[in-house]
Amino acid sequence: MAMLEIKNVTRRFGDFSAVENVSLSIESGEFFTLLGPSGCGKTTILRMLAGFDLPDAGQILLDGKDMVDTPPEKRPVRTVFQNYALFPHMTVAQNVAFPLKMARIPAAVQRKQLQEALEQVHLTDKAAAYPHELSGGQKQRVALARGLVSRPRLLLLDEPLGALDAKLREEMQVDLINLQRDVGITFVFVTHAQVEALALSHRIAVMRAGKVEQVDEPSRLYSAPCNRFVADFIGHINLLDASVLQAAHGHHVHLDIAGLGEVLAPPHVGLASGGKGYFAIRPEQVRIGVHEEVRELKNHFSATVQQFLYRGDVTVYKVRLDNGMVLEALLPNAAPGRARLFEVGDTVSVGWRHDAGVFLVA
Amino acid sequence: MRRGWRLWAAALSVYAFLYLPLAVVVVYSFNDSRLNAEWIGFTLRWYEVLLHDREMLLAAGNSLFIALVSSLAATLLGTMAGMAMHRYRIRMLAFMVLTPVAMPEILLGVSLLLFFIQVLNLTLGMLSIVLAHITFSIGFVAVIVRARLAGVEESLFEAARDCGASQWQTFRHITLPLILPAVVAGGLMAFTLSIDDFVITFFTAGVGVQTLPLRIYSMIKIAVTPEVNAVSTLLMLLTLTLIVLASRFAPDALKGKA
Repeated sequence: MAMLEIKNVTRRFGDFSAVENVSLSIESGEFFTLLGPSGCGKTTILRMLAGFDLPDAGQILLDGKDMVDTPPEKRPVRTVFQNYALFPHMTVAQNVAFPLKMARIPAAVQRKQLQEALEQVHLTDKAAAYPHELSGGQKQRVALARGLVSRPRLLLLDEPLGALDAKLREEMQVDLINLQRDVGITFVFVTHAQVEALALSHRIAVMRAGKVEQVDEPSRLYSAPCNRFVADFIGHINLLDASVLQAAHGHHVHLDIAGLGEVLAPPHVGLASGGKGYFAIRPEQVRIGVHEEVRELKNHFSATVQQFLYRGDVTVYKVRLDNGMVLEALLPNAAPGRARLFEVGDTVSVGWRHDAGVFLVA
Repeated sequence: MRRGWRLWAAALSVYAFLYLPLAVVVVYSFNDSRLNAEWIGFTLRWYEVLLHDREMLLAAGNSLFIALVSSLAATLLGTMAGMAMHRYRIRMLAFMVLTPVAMPEILLGVSLLLFFIQVLNLTLGMLSIVLAHITFSIGFVAVIVRARLAGVEESLFEAARDCGASQWQTFRHITLPLILPAVVAGGLMAFTLSIDDFVITFFTAGVGVQTLPLRIYSMIKIAVTPEVNAVSTLLMLLTLTLIVLASRFAPDALKGKA
């Protein structure tokens, strides 16, 4: 049995269903992320786990015990708040030791655990500082230390990196991964930033409008999204209107892309011939080049360069296919000094392997 | 800055209008003359007279006692009211707590008088004055405390519970330290309001007890003596000190920020 079981949980605010019949199970030691746009219900779930909000229906089981009747202060759960919520009248040490003090842990043990927690987040030299004297990243680490100091069963993180600038955010991501691995505490992380979710999580639940759309490992979520919403929400993706010509034919399915012709795609359970939907393919899976470079690929078409964006590490090309659809393709700039290979208006060939992309039922 | 002097002149005349009368009282309290007519010379005689005026000292003692008791009680109740107003956001609650602040004093005085005599059947005296002062001070304390609470992030209270603090521990370790400046400022305000209140005290004092403002009033019915100037100066000094202290503790609330 999973450590944390969320069973058919529903939470309504008036007519609005913030969380609708959600079930999730989270394993001990897992870094689990709730990902979705704002208003999708991810924060409401987090608040119900912390005990600040109660489900209207359903159960939340921690180690098999229903937590619904347990007030926040009695749950073995800590939260790292979005705005850190550090106590402004207490020093870093007092903030971090607060959960220990509330638990009436003997002073000597408190000192030891406080020291450990401060070391874990590299803040030993800031123990006597007040929150207003700290930078955003330091405040973030204090909040983490306060969350971890009393070894909770579960640490909830509510968009904790949201207020940090891009560079610091990347550093904190690495720190978070290491920290979680070292302490082995189960993390439930809430974010709307898909890059963050992919980088940090063992598993991700993608949410929309109070419902869970897909739960999977980051790589599965990225390469095999279950529907258009998930495909579109995680990373960039090309979506082409398509229908199924032949559902099962050996190792691939035959699709018809409107106005373009037949393409081969990886097999997919539950497909029926004639079914309508989208063919979804990531920009980095699309090869772009002169005809000779691309023609050995099973799926290849000619196109016109419409626009390109030089990003340093890669150049993003937007090309128009003969059927009028616009396709994005990434070209890594591995060779030095080659910022662009094609100009706007060039005729190029684009193609992709027969095992790339995925058909999504409409 | 060409328009500057007009603005300055206007401002100065307004301040002169406000503060000259007070200055006159202070200056004449040091005037070596029985009459408030012309300046004769500097003296501390009137302050010495004050020190030997037994009735005046008794009135001052009463005033201090009433101010102390009523401000302590108003601080406790007003803090609770301010917290309730912040937490429950019930319009009626704010209305009920704040009405005595906005109510004309004379109305409050008359209604308290009727209430004490006809409903409570209370003999007017120290107790009735203290109760009356508590009544009109609660609102002031509540407003200051609520303004302070409005500036405190709600997530701090949740964070405290999250860290394992019970409701009481959250109040004791988080809420109280954060609102303490406002509580102290509110208490000082209540003390100030009590010590120089005249109208409401006049209605609720009965015949037995005299406070400083009542004593001053009964003295000037005859004439404004230099002794009145002296006691007024002292009262002014005390009030000013308290107000300065109060604004030190709760700058946000008193500047109307928060």
